Amino acid sequence: MPIHYYIVLALALFSIGVTGVLTRRNAIIIFMCVELMLNAVNLLLVAFSKMHAAKLAAFDMAGNVGAEAQIFVFFIMVVAAAEVSVGLAIIVMMYRNIHSVDVNFLNRLKH
Amino acid sequence: MNISEILFWFLSALAIGSALMMISSKNPVYSVLWLIIVFFAISGHYILLNAQFLAIVNIIVYAGAIMVLFLFVIMLMNLNAETEPRKNRWLKWAGTIAGGSLLLVLVAALRQVEQSGADKAVGEGNAGLIQNLGMVLFKDYVLPFEISSILFLSAMVGAVVIGKKGD
Repeated sequence: MPIHYYIVLALALFSIGVTGVLTRRNAIIIFMCVELMLNAVNLLLVAFSKMHAAKLAAFDMAGNVGAEAQIFVFFIMVVAAAEVSVGLAIIVMMYRNIHSVDVNFLNRLKH
Repeated sequence: MNISEILFWFLSALAIGSALMMISSKNPVYSVLWLIIVFFAISGHYILLNAQFLAIVNIIVYAGAIMVLFLFVIMLMNLNAETEPRKNRWLKWAGTIAGGSLLLVLVAALRQVEQSGADKAVGEGNAGLIQNLGMVLFKDYVLPFEISSILFLSAMVGAVVIGKKGD
């Protein structure tokens, strides 16, 4: 497939994630939208890693053109997993303190 | 239109439709389930691009571990549609328009570079196979791999410290 189909698809998923962060007020759903944005970026990185694979595979005998990009995606997944565990712990603590997951109650820095 | 193009369009429509359902459903549990469908569609895209290791890792880590963690937290808090906070109508429209404008601006900015049209993402090359990725990961990137274990350890300690019942 042409690369710009993947670009448009990843941009659409990213924009849906941004829209979710802007419109929803449940902290867990905002967090899930952040995960969606991370996955859109991962999809775009994998598509870019395969962009020149057909041309460059003739020169590289090992055939691992673009493996660095996929290692990068792997590390993004690692960091996302660590981030989710800490973030969900923060949301649980927030629920325990204010008995809600509405982010609009977290406005104490405003006053 | 061959089979991979049909699969591409099907998986793209599935991903975008499920993502829209994810941000628009009232019940958080349904949101989690729609997001799992999005992750499966993205894994299908990885398989189409011959990145099989990432497809499996995406299913195991995201759909298997992270989403189950989300489901546990939602069921622990006993959230449902009635406890959904009241939303301002205009704020919702403003957010939707802002997100759509972001998509419009990015696509319009990238229209200029799409003129070449020869760059294709193909499902060829062996980079996504687990053997080649393992060789690269444990030869060239072994130090970041070990550092990520320290990251996991610190995240684990942090989650336990934060989640501990304070006094």
